[in-house]
Amino acid sequence: MGISKVLVVNRGEIAVRVIRSLQELGIGAVAVYSEADKDSRHVQLADESYLIGPSLATKSYLNAKKLVEVARKANVEAVHPGYGFLAENGTFAAMCEDAGLIFIGPTPENMKLAGDKLMARQTVGNANLPIIPGNIEGFLNLEEARKVCDRLGYPLMLKASAGGGGRGIRVLTDDACLCEEFGMAAAEARSAFGDPTLYVEKFIQRPRHIEVQILGDGKGGAVHLNERNCSVQRRHQKLIEEAPSPGLSNSVRRAIHETAVQIAKIFQYRNAGTIEFLLDGEDNFYFMELNARIQVEHPVTEMITGVDLIKAQLAIASSGEIGIEQDAIPVWGHAIECRINAEDPDFDFAPCPGKVEEYRSPGGFGVRFDTHLFQGYDIPVYYDSLLGKLITWGPTRKDALRTMERALKELTIEPVQTTAPFLGEVLREESFVSGGYRLDLVERMLASRENDDG
Amino acid sequence: MSGIFYRKPAPDQEPFVEVGTEVKKGQPLCLLETMKVFTKVKSTAEGIVEEILLKDEETVAKGQVIMRLKPKG
Repeated sequence: MGISKVLVVNRGEIAVRVIRSLQELGIGAVAVYSEADKDSRHVQLADESYLIGPSLATKSYLNAKKLVEVARKANVEAVHPGYGFLAENGTFAAMCEDAGLIFIGPTPENMKLAGDKLMARQTVGNANLPIIPGNIEGFLNLEEARKVCDRLGYPLMLKASAGGGGRGIRVLTDDACLCEEFGMAAAEARSAFGDPTLYVEKFIQRPRHIEVQILGDGKGGAVHLNERNCSVQRRHQKLIEEAPSPGLSNSVRRAIHETAVQIAKIFQYRNAGTIEFLLDGEDNFYFMELNARIQVEHPVTEMITGVDLIKAQLAIASSGEIGIEQDAIPVWGHAIECRINAEDPDFDFAPCPGKVEEYRSPGGFGVRFDTHLFQGYDIPVYYDSLLGKLITWGPTRKDALRTMERALKELTIEPVQTTAPFLGEVLREESFVSGGYRLDLVERMLASRENDDG
Repeated sequence: MSGIFYRKPAPDQEPFVEVGTEVKKGQPLCLLETMKVFTKVKSTAEGIVEEILLKDEETVAKGQVIMRLKPKG
């Protein structure tokens, strides 16, 4: 079934990204915007655009009914959700399909399974694939929890079953800690995610976050496009990602890829998704969660494989086939991505809204900047602080790194404070240069900064 | 700092203060949200809330006056 027109129900850099691929394919790109976004770059680039509501996300980008209404009005065949907002909302995906629209992404069933962290864990565990040691039944009361945690042994991570994306996680050091945190954690889970069910996983010391990009046909077929290392995080939010991951032996790398494909097949996953793993100090890897969406960091995978993942999503959505053979996916060179946020690293990463008076994009061989910025852009307060993603590619990791350092310096966004200078510091950290860095890299850097100031 | 003004700590809870509420120095008066980051705005003085100049979920500009307090007694 041919798709000739798509509604992009998102904003910012990802809306720009999707619109670009649509236009290259000769597919009509329709944008939506809130009042705050009426002069936005994605609106400028789209073939058609529709105002969907006031600035607050709940009244615009999260207004499912309005979005479906606009899809009908604009006469599109398909909807691309981007990431965030309604991208992993099974109800919205079902509404689209009920309205006769193709949802360019996973099925509502995929989303339901991925969104229930405990169910996802059980599914992978039942297939004898590695999951982080822990319980696979949720517990609803403290007595149950104490018995389970005692048996597993501390330290543990207390997680919300309906959580995800780094939210709803607490570290438990001992029984007293569990007793203290349990009630609050359950209450928060109920209020933030609508479900108080909690579970625990063994606390893995100084892990690495390695994830695999997959594409599925929704019928049990899947391919992988290699892994990404996303261990540079602050408060569970990724700051820097790279592909391939440094510091992995070929056998471990292959095993992670194969496991990811098996998981995608078991889930009967459709379209683009990511399987996230944690690696411990002995190169043991464990399934953590499945992200049922195209991710922020997808460009690093595109740079090393040459595969346009948005176009791949469209192909699967229109043909029902993956359209790419596993052994036809090349890996060449190395790519790094730095997320540029409107935050001041010297003020505890406080958000910095305001006008971008001067903007100069970096360039050169191996430089890519995915952004919605333009000179004169007014950064709104209503959405997240991501300004753009600076991606570099080189034939070796060293080349990609050198290009990134140069590009970060060349990037000009004034007078707004951004995280660019801080990211430059991360790139120069010994453990990042060597490739051996772990999930606690940023935490350690910030702690030692505080000690220096103190 | 600019942002979105919220009178309540959460949608299903009561507002932090109303007109006539007695407040101490440092007491939270409202929330300000900027790019998904929530900050509690605390009173800089002791007094009674005289006027709340914004509606729930209204946008605040840098330097804009949010509330007026009058001294006790």
